[in-house]
Amino acid sequence: MPHPFTGVAIAGVHNTVQARRLPGHDSRSIALEAALGALADAGVPASDVDGVVGEFAADQVLALGLGSAVRRPTALGIPAVLDAAALVATGQCEVVLVAAGGAGLYTDRSQTAPWTRPTNELVVGYGLFTAAEFALMARRHMVRHGTTPVQLATVAATIRNNGSAHPGAVYAGRGPFAPDDILASRMVADPFHLLDCSMTSEGGCAMVLTTAERAADGPTRPVHLLGGGSEAFGPAYTIAPSWDLGADRGEGTPAGYVGRGAARRAFAMAGLGPTDVDVLELYDPFSFEIIRQLEAFGFCDDGDGGPLVESGAIAPGGRHPVTTDGGTMSYSHAGISAQQLQRVIRGVEQLRGGCAGTQVAGAEVALCSNGGAGALFTDVLLLGRERP
Amino acid sequence: MTALRPQVDGIPVPRPSLASVAYWEGCRRGELRYQRCAACEALQTNPVTRCWRCHRPDPEWVTATGRGTLYSWTVVWRPQHPAFEVPYAPAVVELDEGPRVLAAVVGCEPDELAEKMALEVTFHRVDDEITLPFFRPAEGVPNSRP
Repeated sequence: MPHPFTGVAIAGVHNTVQARRLPGHDSRSIALEAALGALADAGVPASDVDGVVGEFAADQVLALGLGSAVRRPTALGIPAVLDAAALVATGQCEVVLVAAGGAGLYTDRSQTAPWTRPTNELVVGYGLFTAAEFALMARRHMVRHGTTPVQLATVAATIRNNGSAHPGAVYAGRGPFAPDDILASRMVADPFHLLDCSMTSEGGCAMVLTTAERAADGPTRPVHLLGGGSEAFGPAYTIAPSWDLGADRGEGTPAGYVGRGAARRAFAMAGLGPTDVDVLELYDPFSFEIIRQLEAFGFCDDGDGGPLVESGAIAPGGRHPVTTDGGTMSYSHAGISAQQLQRVIRGVEQLRGGCAGTQVAGAEVALCSNGGAGALFTDVLLLGRERP
Repeated sequence: MTALRPQVDGIPVPRPSLASVAYWEGCRRGELRYQRCAACEALQTNPVTRCWRCHRPDPEWVTATGRGTLYSWTVVWRPQHPAFEVPYAPAVVELDEGPRVLAAVVGCEPDELAEKMALEVTFHRVDDEITLPFFRPAEGVPNSRP
């Protein structure tokens, strides 16, 4: 059986300017800017788009003057890319746009960002927010495996240094950081210091997927989808984020390792394993997530993620370089889903090979991820330079 | 007074849903309730209309002893909402009956929090409808310190 995505390619990507604030924009307008940028990068006229996926998909069908088109407004980030690829692979569409953006969402600074605050009746009374939810998962790993604050800080320093070296990052030039600098920042939700956490910013991003044949004639090198997978243990930010959720119901993998199944399916689809991955564009809402994902995805044994990051393996030039643009800690974190799609865009940029000071030399295969244990979901996407 | 204390003034107030009416009624009476399927005995702390395991309707409500141990915790120093005064300590508590609940630990200092610390439920009224369960160090149970 041929690979399900053999006939699909990513033909264009675009990030708008990312900044702490983008005056004059709202989420819709910056997502539209991103859409036009991705179409230009792909060399595709808007009139050829016959499918739009993402938060503003319905609006963009109208805003781009597409007449009628497929619209899929519910999938975000990696699932949006996988849905777009499926629309092309099954012949429902020829050119699919995936766009996202966030601006003007975080205005009341007396509270944490609006997308971080759960409203469910069982958690709302305890002042929980995403940092606390992810901390509840990290604490469990620290208790069980002896994972240390210095190991968490090593992750944050590595990713923030990547962003510091990336001219497009919101925090470009804001570095270098040593682990001690992370530990010296104020505590937000123990064990997370301020610099262990993602920041908040504004910006848009977009991607164009089309047939492999059409992409081969485009102005930029196509990048291919080698494998994908998604999994969730339930609703995010609603129930107690217990590491052992799922496993205690006899379902095997615990919620603490959510994404393990997704990675296995992605690797199986690709016919690859962790040793084949050259660059890991891991989603980094909090420093601990990188340690957890390295274990969940099979880059080391359970409990060995802390020592692995402390060894320098995730730094540029290491065996498993991660989140090379600075991720949500330094590149951008516009809130709802842009930062999720940006993991895939960065994977594409690495495989195209134009990342200047942060390029992973000879990168052929990229693993991108979204989500995290505190949110009870994780998505995995494997990208490659060669058609599967 | 300890640093970790119940906070109920001005906080975002939970809104009960279809399945949780009996849970909040229990809290008003000083009872921590969870659900048990009469058929397969599966336990559930997130209110449901059907058993998650065998899918039979209307799992029965039972009252927990209110005792449990600390499974995981965090100490928050940047409040989610201005009504919360730092520090506060959201935690996952493993009830003696087995299931886990999310609440906050009160009645001790942040550096006293430790895995498997013995806890007991304590209730604090928010308004006529909502009373919130918290957990405090259990009386008469020596807590091991790390």
